[in-house]
Amino acid sequence: MLTYILKRIAIAIPTLLVLIVVSYVLMYMAPGGPFTSERELPPQVLANLNAKYGLDQPLWRQIATYVWNIVTDFDFGPSFVYKDRSVNEIIAQGFPITLTYGVLSFLLAVIVGVSLGVAAAVRHNSALDYAAVGVSIGAQVLPNFVMAPILVLVFTLWLGWLPGGGWQGPEYWILPVIALSTSFMASIARITRSSMLEVLTQNHIRTARAKGLPERRIILRHALKPAMLPVISYLGPAFVGMITGSVVVDIYFSTGGIGKAFVDSALNRDYAVMMGVTILMGTLTILFNLIVDILYGWIDPKIRF
Amino acid sequence: MVSTTEQRTATQVGPRKGRSPWADARRRFLRNKAAMGGLILLLFVAAFALFGDVLAQYSNEELDYMVMGQIVELGGPSIASGHYFGTDDLGRDLYARTVQGTQISLAVGVVGALIAVIVGTIYGATAGYVGGRTDSIMMRLVDIFMAVPYMFVLILLLVMYGRSITILFVGVGLISWMEMARIVRGQTLSLKGREFIEAAQATGVAAPVIIARHIVPNLLGVIAVYTTLLVPLMILTESFISFLGLGVQEPMTSLGALISEGAGTIAYGTTWQLGFPLLFFVLTLFGFFFVGDGLRDALDPKDR
Repeated sequence: MLTYILKRIAIAIPTLLVLIVVSYVLMYMAPGGPFTSERELPPQVLANLNAKYGLDQPLWRQIATYVWNIVTDFDFGPSFVYKDRSVNEIIAQGFPITLTYGVLSFLLAVIVGVSLGVAAAVRHNSALDYAAVGVSIGAQVLPNFVMAPILVLVFTLWLGWLPGGGWQGPEYWILPVIALSTSFMASIARITRSSMLEVLTQNHIRTARAKGLPERRIILRHALKPAMLPVISYLGPAFVGMITGSVVVDIYFSTGGIGKAFVDSALNRDYAVMMGVTILMGTLTILFNLIVDILYGWIDPKIRF
Repeated sequence: MVSTTEQRTATQVGPRKGRSPWADARRRFLRNKAAMGGLILLLFVAAFALFGDVLAQYSNEELDYMVMGQIVELGGPSIASGHYFGTDDLGRDLYARTVQGTQISLAVGVVGALIAVIVGTIYGATAGYVGGRTDSIMMRLVDIFMAVPYMFVLILLLVMYGRSITILFVGVGLISWMEMARIVRGQTLSLKGREFIEAAQATGVAAPVIIARHIVPNLLGVIAVYTTLLVPLMILTESFISFLGLGVQEPMTSLGALISEGAGTIAYGTTWQLGFPLLFFVLTLFGFFFVGDGLRDALDPKDR
């Protein structure tokens, strides 16, 4: 098990390096530097700016410095647009918000999705099953950027129950969390249902039934664990999807999370912030995938370490 | 009873004609109600995108000064004014814009999926056929790429290299070939040991020719299925980026951009600005998903 974990970490580190180097090289090769604007800057000013941000150094040196600062101090350098703010400050401002609704959405999607999927599989071909399948097909075409305006239209404008934007208290969390989690909840429900249906036909379930175990115990102890394997392998992509979706949530609900910083920096050509956010999100994704892999290895004894 | 009489008439007429796997698949597909429904939906959306302009009374850039400033009262959908879907916030005809948005979204979806399929097929078939160390390095690279949050990288690309539609096409395609490469590699591995490949190798056919002539044609079914399922994902990606205002630029538009505009103005009660683009978006996605599922049922050898 330990070698398995170490192997996974050994893959994670080069992945992260690739991500950093690729995004840095992309920035380096981009036509027009970060200081290109409509107003032509005098060459001397431009040279000074480049020197200040270390952009006059050779490429390998810039990358080495950048990586070194991240590794030793977790420092992503200064923003290219806001003179007195560092990338770290900008990220630190939005991150707790993103984390709050991100974790809530993730938990909601997993808990409701799995329960719905299990219920649908246990009552196969019942009205509940058909309803669950119908809902999950419908939610497939309702990604977060479609859910968000629909939710605001219904719950804020027509019913007036919930605030449609802002971040001042728990009632502000509800719509963003629903918008972000719906499509993933539907996918998890669909995956759980089909894998549960498959597991329920297997021999060890028949044995459990023959032993006369209560149905509840069969489902929860004997069927659920193996049925979770496909769900767990879906969690990685779902995590990436949610991180991406948080950008939409931040824009549409004005929650002030990290996605807002990302889009603002994209519109301002603030490469430093963009790279910082990209690398942070990449790191989170890689860490999460690591956890998923370990979880997978722990649940499935067949996996080779 | 019905089937036996059918069989009898068939034997009376003459020897039964053999059915090719493709004809079999076509029969299964035509019988699948959801898939046929999806196909009809797609044909409708495609016809709308291709020929919708004929019915439009306005171009997609023209501002209608009659309704400007009074969009809420006058800009609603009406046959009389010629704005079948109403107007957008600036007084542009939403029907013409929806037609154009559907065109762009379909184009990005199809072109992006094609790029992904071509790159993924070549990469996956090569890795699977060559095997060994090459294979494990190539697939490890795919693993590494897949762990990258591609949406951020794509936005990075769009910002740094200008928001042109070419970058959008290429970027959307280049971030999505990995899944395809994995599927193709897996299928190639299972084909590699077959006798006809061995025969080709024995007669001295070069590896690239074997891949192109013998491996890829046998993968066409799987490729077709995943292409159909990739298109809606590409459309989703493009719409997502356009929703953030980082995709296609004015006066061009896409369904995602229209949904974004409509979503921004619903507070004023102009629900149609969200409703019509959303309708076409949902119809397109449903169409592709159903057709893709139908193709999978028809072509995927596993489910027979």
